[in-house]
Amino acid sequence: MENALKRIWPAVPVILALFSTTLLIMAFGSNPILTYGAFIEGAFGTEDSVLNTLAFWIPLLLCATGLLVTFTAGLWNIGVEGQLVMGAIGASWVAIAVAGPNPSIPAWIIIPLEILAAMAAGALWAALCAVLKTRGGIHEIFGGVALNNLAVIFTNYLISNPWQPPRGGSFTKTERFLDTALIPVVGTSRFSVLSLVLVIVALVLIGLALRGSSWGLRLKAMGKNLKAAFIQGVPSEREAITGMMVAGALAGLAGAVRVLSWYDSLRQSIGGGIGFLAVLIVLLAGTQPILTAFIALVFSALLNGGTTVQLRTQLHSALSGVIQGALVLFVLLFGDYNQVFRKKSETTPVETAHE
Amino acid sequence: MHVELRDIHKHFGPLRANDGISLTFEPGHIYGILGENGAGKSTLMKILSGYQAPTSGQILLNQQPANFASPSDALRRGVGMLYQDPLDFPPMRVIENYQLAYDNKIMLPLRQREEDLIAFGKRFGFTLDTRAYVDTMTMGERQQMELLRLLALGAELLILDEPTTGISAEQKTALFDAMRRLAQEEQKTIILVSHKLEEVQELCDEVSVLRKGKWVGSHPIPCPTAEMVRLMFGEELPRAERVSCRVEKTVLKLDKMAVHTYHLNIDNISLDIHEGEVLGLAGLEGSGQQLLIKGCAGLLPLYRGRVMLDDSPVEGQRSPFFWLPGLSGIVFSGGFAAMIVRLLLGQITGIAAAGELTLAALLAGAIWLVGTIIISWTSQSTYHAFQQRGGAYVPAERLEEALIPGLSLTEHMALATSGKSMLVNWKDAQDEIARRIQQFNIKGQPQTLVDKLSGGNQQRAMLALMKSPLRLLLLEHPTRGLDVTSANWMWELFQERLKEGTAIIFVSADLDELLERSDRIAVFSGGVMSRMVNTTDTTVDELGHMIGGGES
Amino acid sequence: MNDAQIVLILASIVAQSAPLMLAVTGETITERVGVINLSLDGTMLLTAMAGFVAALQARKWLEPMGIEGNTLPVLIGFLVAALIGALAALLVAWGSARLKQDQVAIGFVLTLLLADLANFLGQTFTRVPGPSVKHLPIPVLRDLPLIGPVFFDHDLMIYGIFLTVGLTWWWMYHTQPGLQLRGVGERPESAFGRGVPISLLRYLYTGIGGAMVGVAGAAYSLNIKLGWSDNHILGIGWIALAVVIFGGWHPLRGVLGAFLYGATKAAATVLQQTFPEIPVVLFNTFQWLLMLGVLLLVGSKAIKQLVETAPPAIQRPLAAALRIAPPRSLGRVIGDD
Repeated sequence: MENALKRIWPAVPVILALFSTTLLIMAFGSNPILTYGAFIEGAFGTEDSVLNTLAFWIPLLLCATGLLVTFTAGLWNIGVEGQLVMGAIGASWVAIAVAGPNPSIPAWIIIPLEILAAMAAGALWAALCAVLKTRGGIHEIFGGVALNNLAVIFTNYLISNPWQPPRGGSFTKTERFLDTALIPVVGTSRFSVLSLVLVIVALVLIGLALRGSSWGLRLKAMGKNLKAAFIQGVPSEREAITGMMVAGALAGLAGAVRVLSWYDSLRQSIGGGIGFLAVLIVLLAGTQPILTAFIALVFSALLNGGTTVQLRTQLHSALSGVIQGALVLFVLLFGDYNQVFRKKSETTPVETAHE
Repeated sequence: MHVELRDIHKHFGPLRANDGISLTFEPGHIYGILGENGAGKSTLMKILSGYQAPTSGQILLNQQPANFASPSDALRRGVGMLYQDPLDFPPMRVIENYQLAYDNKIMLPLRQREEDLIAFGKRFGFTLDTRAYVDTMTMGERQQMELLRLLALGAELLILDEPTTGISAEQKTALFDAMRRLAQEEQKTIILVSHKLEEVQELCDEVSVLRKGKWVGSHPIPCPTAEMVRLMFGEELPRAERVSCRVEKTVLKLDKMAVHTYHLNIDNISLDIHEGEVLGLAGLEGSGQQLLIKGCAGLLPLYRGRVMLDDSPVEGQRSPFFWLPGLSGIVFSGGFAAMIVRLLLGQITGIAAAGELTLAALLAGAIWLVGTIIISWTSQSTYHAFQQRGGAYVPAERLEEALIPGLSLTEHMALATSGKSMLVNWKDAQDEIARRIQQFNIKGQPQTLVDKLSGGNQQRAMLALMKSPLRLLLLEHPTRGLDVTSANWMWELFQERLKEGTAIIFVSADLDELLERSDRIAVFSGGVMSRMVNTTDTTVDELGHMIGGGES
Repeated sequence: MNDAQIVLILASIVAQSAPLMLAVTGETITERVGVINLSLDGTMLLTAMAGFVAALQARKWLEPMGIEGNTLPVLIGFLVAALIGALAALLVAWGSARLKQDQVAIGFVLTLLLADLANFLGQTFTRVPGPSVKHLPIPVLRDLPLIGPVFFDHDLMIYGIFLTVGLTWWWMYHTQPGLQLRGVGERPESAFGRGVPISLLRYLYTGIGGAMVGVAGAAYSLNIKLGWSDNHILGIGWIALAVVIFGGWHPLRGVLGAFLYGATKAAATVLQQTFPEIPVVLFNTFQWLLMLGVLLLVGSKAIKQLVETAPPAIQRPLAAALRIAPPRSLGRVIGDD
């Protein structure tokens, strides 16, 4: 009996989370079946919506892949949201400053340039966060939060000043980029094959590197015990900076995908909360690449379906976030069977006193 | 207070830490509980002092059964324990420590308590600075403070758990005098828990010996040492014969080395160590030995002086790009100056100037950032250079400072060789660590996580991971917490290294170990290193006095 | 800028900083017993919304009963906010103590979840006008030169915040229970050994601290930034967390940090008016740059080295002033060394 419970236990927090959100939906007078149905319809209803769910999944997974690196190294790279934004800015700069005045340069030159610029921008922004930590003693969570906000402020500045749309109006986005600067999408969706290829390559490379390379092992050692890793010969400052830069580069790439395929211009909401969502995903999935990809897909579906839900049921689209947050919270709190059913006699007195 | 332990059992799963122990303690006497590390003494005392509950058995105080809910509950009934590491509050002051949990009123009668404390201390010959912060006090002083607190709260039974580790000879005398006074004049019951035979003989009226969780015998003092040894170990201890491996070639030379930290400084240390030599560093915890060792290893920056390994200084590799941060400063200053000039000349407005300054700052910042990144890639820390040159540092805290919990032995092996290639050859790493597991007699598998190994096996694992050959081996408390057999085996391993030409510097609190294993000994006291003495020329007594800061 | 304007600005700094002061004090208590509550930002958003909505609803229910005015509804709003704040903090404490999960992880998830929850639950109340705290100048003190209008020309809530902060300081450093509080955070094993009920105190003070944070959140929607809208006060919780660190886990220094933040905001407003040519968004950077700046001040190795090389006589007071060390039982959560 106990063994059976242990085996199905991973599903229990998920069920609890869904149960709680169902109650919430009902408290607002909505039909839960209708609501969940709207989610599914919004995410997978039409061919376009399936492609769009995938299209949203791609930058999400790119960020999560980068976070796999930093989590392995024991770093809380909350700043990934800002790194994505800076990547979008980097790509936008190439689109506006290089492609714009020179429409004759073909796409196959512009796009790699944009991607490089985006990855460089994201990597440097992440490096800044890392250096603030190693030299300045600022914990990477605070550095990340501050830099996130600064990146968004920078975006707003660019949109309302040097890159403002020439026709005026409200400054919420720049003018649409030239076709040579945009990543080609499939049909009327926002999905691009190029991005899919990039994310798969990234995931596979990082997954293999973390498991099979010396670099990955060094990161893992740092993540478990920074001091001891240094004693064992790991150059911790260098690896911390490098790890963050890899994550930043991937987040920057996600930013490029966002600004060049999901959208067609730089906007205020370019981040879209993708970075934070990626952190949630990695919290849930641990350091397992396949599980990360799967959960990212689920979260993408939830977010994409959310807009349809808002249309159908008048419920605020933050419902998606509530479901995602509840899922992660319940799994975090109750996911470990052994911890939940731990008997008191197995603990030392001071531990017990801490309860 | 008459105290009786009746058939105490304490099981941790299959491990029987205490296996049916029955003892009686009468007021006015001092009892010794003797036993090897792991014999069960600490467990038994934790039960008696209320920190843990026994699995079965009874405690009787004045013939009344007693169940303690917590140490403070036990103290209320008169049972107080002085821990090896006193449970005090280091960042707070003595008077605050004393006052904490004193009672449940709201207001803090600090001044009253201070006077009480000072008067109380005088009774036992202890003088305390009530305003001092505990983390600046020596171990002996912390003990005194804690003892006073226990006595003030009405302890009738006092348990001392290995109290003499880390205190000076003078403090030990003061402590023992106080204990005798407490027993004879105030009819308290005193229990001394120790693994040191001489101390038990010096202080106690009766000794009870524990071995492997069981009580093996009690004997009034005076008791012949051989009898105590027989009870503790069951057989005669082999005394290892020491052969020095010291040869003429110098490995390490310290030239007026100084290391300064927030708590302590050491200055003007000059010495040289030869191949195959063992230098033992004695002294109370925190007297500077660790600073010397960490300074040699490059873990602490040198304030002055040099560390020379094989005739060349141990230095990290400075990056060839070290000038980049400077460049960023130049760029910013330049921009700043240019802006001022143009502002004064009226070429630009105030706002534009601020804008230009911001841009200059951003540019300088970007250069600084890129510079820092590049530097981190192209420099090597002093410690890693030290490692590369054949140095090894083995800290005291195995799991927190050296081995990485959550990683397996194979992973540690792969990590140790990670510099050589980009990809990890897991098969080779596993084969190699399996070989070393055999060689070093480690009870574990290649895939075992290091935090699941026992203390002794962790120590062996650390040694197994070390490179070979080594030039210099720096050890902090290498045999702390190990039983005699493991300790001996460890020194046999070190002996093999010595034969290869490795020099060893080790820190230890065990004077016997220092005398037995070192060629030369230096004593640290308050940040000052004594002259180095040849082991053959000195005794335990002399060392003990040097440690306390007395004349040498 | 004349004297009257300066006084006005100072008074507004005091008013604007008050809720932050309260949040910082509350989180200081929580962290002093060893719990770091990263859910602060989400909690304050949720309590801002919940406090406002509760006050609004309370006013609707009380009117037919003949109870008029804003005072009681506002009070109810604050009570609800305090309750929610306490619950959120207790969840983090419980999750880490009982279920051995990482406080940072739980706190972070909670901050996102509660923020989304706030936006979701508050959807019907955005931009709805509601009750607010009544202005209440203190009669005699208000007329004192300079300090009168700056400190004594506000409302009951702000006076309450001053009192609470002062009470907290007195409690922590001048009472026996306060000594126990500090002991629990510095070394739980020792506190346990002395019979201090560490588990109880941990939950108690975490709850109290969380309640203060909750009230601080509502202090915005019911006083400073009236009403509710999507992501109303986003970011303030992170500022509070940083100020706690800057404050060295000492309530009075945390107050200083809160004032510093308020002053920066005021400076930004003034500069914006004086130099309208500068794009507005640039002033938004001030608070984040300030956060990085204060954290650098207490965290950087350069500063630590400066202290270590200072002459011994001033070393200890200097280190105490810069207060580089967190309470020991907390250090394991956010510290790397």
